[in-house]
Amino acid sequence: MSEALDVFTRIAVSLGAMFFLAGTVGLLRFPDTLSRLHALTKADNLGLGLIVLGLLPQVAWPFGALKLVLVWVLVLAASAASSQLVARKVRGGKDRS
Amino acid sequence: MREFYLLAGVFILLTVAVGLTRVLLGPRGADRMMAAQLLGSGGIAAMLLTAAGLESAAALDVALTFALLAAVAAVAFTKSSGRAARTEED
Amino acid sequence: MNAVYGLFAGLSALLLVVAGFAVVTRRHFAAVVGFTAFGLLLSLAWVALAAPDVALTEAAVGGGVTGVLLLSASVQMRAKMEVLPSWGVRFIAAVLAAIVTAGLMLVVLMLPDEAPTLAPAAKESLAFTGMGNPATAVLMAYRALDTMLEKVVLLLALVAVWSLGRDHFWGGRPDFDFSTQTSGPLLLLARVLVPVGVLVGIYLFWVGADEPGGAFAGGALIAAMGLLAFFAGVARPPLVGSGWLRWAVVAGIAVFLIVGFGGFWGAGDFLAYPDGLAKPVIVVIEVAMTLSIALTLVLLVVGPPGRRP
Repeated sequence: MSEALDVFTRIAVSLGAMFFLAGTVGLLRFPDTLSRLHALTKADNLGLGLIVLGLLPQVAWPFGALKLVLVWVLVLAASAASSQLVARKVRGGKDRS
Repeated sequence: MREFYLLAGVFILLTVAVGLTRVLLGPRGADRMMAAQLLGSGGIAAMLLTAAGLESAAALDVALTFALLAAVAAVAFTKSSGRAARTEED
Repeated sequence: MNAVYGLFAGLSALLLVVAGFAVVTRRHFAAVVGFTAFGLLLSLAWVALAAPDVALTEAAVGGGVTGVLLLSASVQMRAKMEVLPSWGVRFIAAVLAAIVTAGLMLVVLMLPDEAPTLAPAAKESLAFTGMGNPATAVLMAYRALDTMLEKVVLLLALVAVWSLGRDHFWGGRPDFDFSTQTSGPLLLLARVLVPVGVLVGIYLFWVGADEPGGAFAGGALIAAMGLLAFFAGVARPPLVGSGWLRWAVVAGIAVFLIVGFGGFWGAGDFLAYPDGLAKPVIVVIEVAMTLSIALTLVLLVVGPPGRRP
């Protein structure tokens, strides 16, 4: 059972790492700011989400797992709100700094 | 298994650090901010993996602190780049 | 253990690159981003070095209040000061920085191979303090005087910041740069995150007795949540002249002093804790300290009063 869980952890963490790689490549290569924002949110939400999912079977139950999920939820909330702020700034066309 | 966690953590850290070049490239304040945000969530992921790799329960608390502060930093970055843009236009 | 070395190698290389980036870049904003990233990496390095206490404080202070403080400074510099310092000043600054760096490198190279340590002695009396975390025992029992003086320094810093305000603004609210406009997502974020953050801050302070944490990390996290509330406009910086604020700011030192002088008749010396009561006394001091630290850090970041009372 624990070996199966280890395999699951490896797969989920590797997938998460791939999303971070993809997010970085997107941030560097995509042509405009809004596309880059799209790439960033994939790394934030899915990359971190998969890593949290992968680590869940490995941490102390229940508080370790609770903390892990809380970390992900907090990053999701922050990422969602700040993406809105960034996008508004870009659409507003005011930002040139 | 512990080696795997640590290597995955280093991999993510190096990856998002390359993304930091966006801070230099810009061109908008928003682009610079996004690179910082990516580094923040990548750093949190690396911290979680390090916590697992070194079996340090306290590192989870550090990650939790970062998750909360990443939001504060993101909001501060957005607001300050807005301020700067406005003062430049004045 | 190869992976651990990999982690150290990766972290060291990144720390150097990001530090260089923060120093060399000409944009204030990029420098602040670099500095914040440096703090995050440093915190990871402390975790890798098995020093989670230091990592937590670095994360709580470096990631939150320091970042916002630097950003607000950079915004004000951009608005008010376009002139770069002259070449002479920059040259002298570079020379001074180089001397300090060379001195530090020399000290590191001269360190004895087996570092002198008081750790076994500190662990021996741990049970007497009622603390499970040696770092907290050192801060609150063995070196309590240092910790108290540290709070005095924090208070003096606040007095220095307040003294920068203009006379006719005295007693008014700080004119915090960022609290100008708000929006839906920001309001939502503040309403969700601030309560959770304050809760985590209290948890960090409470868990500090036995695990990494403590008053400073908890206070710094609560301070950052206060700043987020100001950003979103759900709260305003307090009137500098209000009485409750002054009391809350000195609460930590006041409780420390009361316990300190009480030690003369209770236990025979300044800051000596009575037998068997060390833990409850320490908890009372830490509650007051967490409150004072959180408030003082917020007030340091929002700056001197800038509006009429």
